[in-house]
Amino acid sequence: MKQDEIKNKFTEIIRDVLDDENIVLCRETTANDVEDWDSLAHISIIVAIEKEFKIKFDLYELKPLKNVGEMLDLIQTKIH
Amino acid sequence: MNDKINYPVDAHYLLRKKKSIRRDLLQSSDFLDKRVAILGGSTTAEVKDMMELFLLQGGIRPVFYESEYNRYYEDLMFPNPALEEFAPDVIYLHTSSVNVTKFPSMQESDADVEELLSSELGRFQTIWDQVAIRYKCPVIQNNFELPHYRCLGNLDGYEIHGRSRFINELNRRFSEEARRRQNLYMNDINYLAAWFGLERWYDKLFWYSYKYAMSYEAIPLLADSVVSIIRAIFGKTKKCLVLDLDNTLWGGVIGDDGLNGIQIGKETPEAEAFTEFQQYVRSLKERGIILAVCSKNDDVNAREGFSHPDSILKFDDFAAFRANWEPKHENIRNIAATLNIGMDSLVFADDNPVEREIVRSQEPDVAVPELGKNVAKYIDILDKTGYFETVSLSSDDLQRSSFYADNSIRHALQSTFVNYDDFLRSLEMKAEIKSFTPLYLDRITQLINKTNQFNVTTRRYTQSAIENVSGNGSYITLYGRLLDKFGDNGLISVMIGEVRRSEIHLDLWLMSCRVLKRGMEEAMFDQLVTIAQAQNITSIYGYYYPTAKNGMVSGLFQHMGFTEIGRTESRETSWRFEIPADYQRKNTLIEVNQ
Repeated sequence: MKQDEIKNKFTEIIRDVLDDENIVLCRETTANDVEDWDSLAHISIIVAIEKEFKIKFDLYELKPLKNVGEMLDLIQTKIH
Repeated sequence: MNDKINYPVDAHYLLRKKKSIRRDLLQSSDFLDKRVAILGGSTTAEVKDMMELFLLQGGIRPVFYESEYNRYYEDLMFPNPALEEFAPDVIYLHTSSVNVTKFPSMQESDADVEELLSSELGRFQTIWDQVAIRYKCPVIQNNFELPHYRCLGNLDGYEIHGRSRFINELNRRFSEEARRRQNLYMNDINYLAAWFGLERWYDKLFWYSYKYAMSYEAIPLLADSVVSIIRAIFGKTKKCLVLDLDNTLWGGVIGDDGLNGIQIGKETPEAEAFTEFQQYVRSLKERGIILAVCSKNDDVNAREGFSHPDSILKFDDFAAFRANWEPKHENIRNIAATLNIGMDSLVFADDNPVEREIVRSQEPDVAVPELGKNVAKYIDILDKTGYFETVSLSSDDLQRSSFYADNSIRHALQSTFVNYDDFLRSLEMKAEIKSFTPLYLDRITQLINKTNQFNVTTRRYTQSAIENVSGNGSYITLYGRLLDKFGDNGLISVMIGEVRRSEIHLDLWLMSCRVLKRGMEEAMFDQLVTIAQAQNITSIYGYYYPTAKNGMVSGLFQHMGFTEIGRTESRETSWRFEIPADYQRKNTLIEVNQ
């Protein structure tokens, strides 16, 4: 899957979960930059990503992620 | 009640769309406002969100109080100004097996284990006592799901040190408490987890990471269950099950297949499935749910179905019985008026998606589960939705059905909806109405030889007779297929007319009843007229030969604008239609041959 496609699907998830069609993400975006992206929404986002891309994150994988770019890279490696 | 969220619930769809679904549900105006406190032994955020959706769907608009993570005990046992000020209408204690303080260890004696059980139960007893004193409101209490692992294997279920045995024992004591105490209601997560499957129920990663006691996928099921109890406590449950007949209570079409042709009994797998569904429906009646019939059938045929020796349900089981050809939403209004209950007390079960959609669109207060077409699933779909949840059974409940039947008064309620046509338009119907082609001859022959109700002459043809007619210039043949947004209804109508100079004589006109009142008969007639005009034909002759089954089309020719020109002693009638030069198409709802 291409980076762009992953990013589009990822953005769609964020828009759905946060119910805001206007959210635009770039690689440097962090949760703090997006309104309502709190720790509870984050859980929904993680579960939705797992379902959408048919992957499972391991316990140690999510903690060190700094921004959207690193999340996209992680998804990319998980789906090969 | 509306049906935005239907069984089976798609947990991931709800997760992604919960905010927009919530927004939609809040559009409704008719809510009961309730204050719901959720006290959790594990994370409750998602439980709360899902409960909110199900509550809104059930007509209750909640305000929530949530305890901090795993503070259920402290919040309830000690003075808590925040909760006192909140003044809950109901308290939900979301605990589970992760909250068992201590499981037996292997060195402990029988007496020690008994002591552990009493102290675990005692902890909850004091909580329930405190609620009764401080908050005086109903408590919904989870029991415990079976453990994630069994160190003792199968022995775990009966050895006194076994965790499974410990949980089963606790659950037994919890249920005794719930029977004994007023205002204590058990949410049976032991059953839910078993139904869902323990393997899917437990998601240890989700527990380690976010402290949810069950998987994400299990949360809607859990929330729905709690909400069913809340609805029952506040009287927002259903009282009456309105049932379709053909392919809902038995397999097949009674009007066409006859009493011996319907599937009920033990002879075939299908018949067995319908029999078990009837048994389920009868158990609902025995526990106080009112039953009604709403079916597109001649009344006499519909009643005949219940005289089948294998039919579990009998005609007398129904407090209201509407078998006719009127739109179902009108019949359902009529049923509610007759029984003197609100539309929001009704559940409508029908295998036909178009009928479900009509009722949903015209009567949004009626609950319409997605029954589907698979009879083996009907019970699940009605049972898991919790429509008929109740918090106790009274002797009144056990007699209610007969009470309604006794009081059932004929209540004529003429209600026609100006927007029924709008509804039909919304089905986006498309028809193919053409001359017979070899591809369809099998189906045409089959339809001709089994259709009894919408059939003016009930003339039967062999396949070779059909082949003869279909290539023959002195006959006009038409078949009709109807599609709508729910799918293809298939080839459902047939006409055969013999051409004699400037006249057509209709030998056959039939249609499957499943597309009745959809404008298809008008569309067929329009097409006949179009072909007639092209061949300079000026009049159409129709014939109606009454049988025991085809009473519904006795007025068809009159309805289409024919004039009666003859009547025999056996009530056979003949009709003529002079085609006007400016013939106006009768069908405005179906797109034909596009």
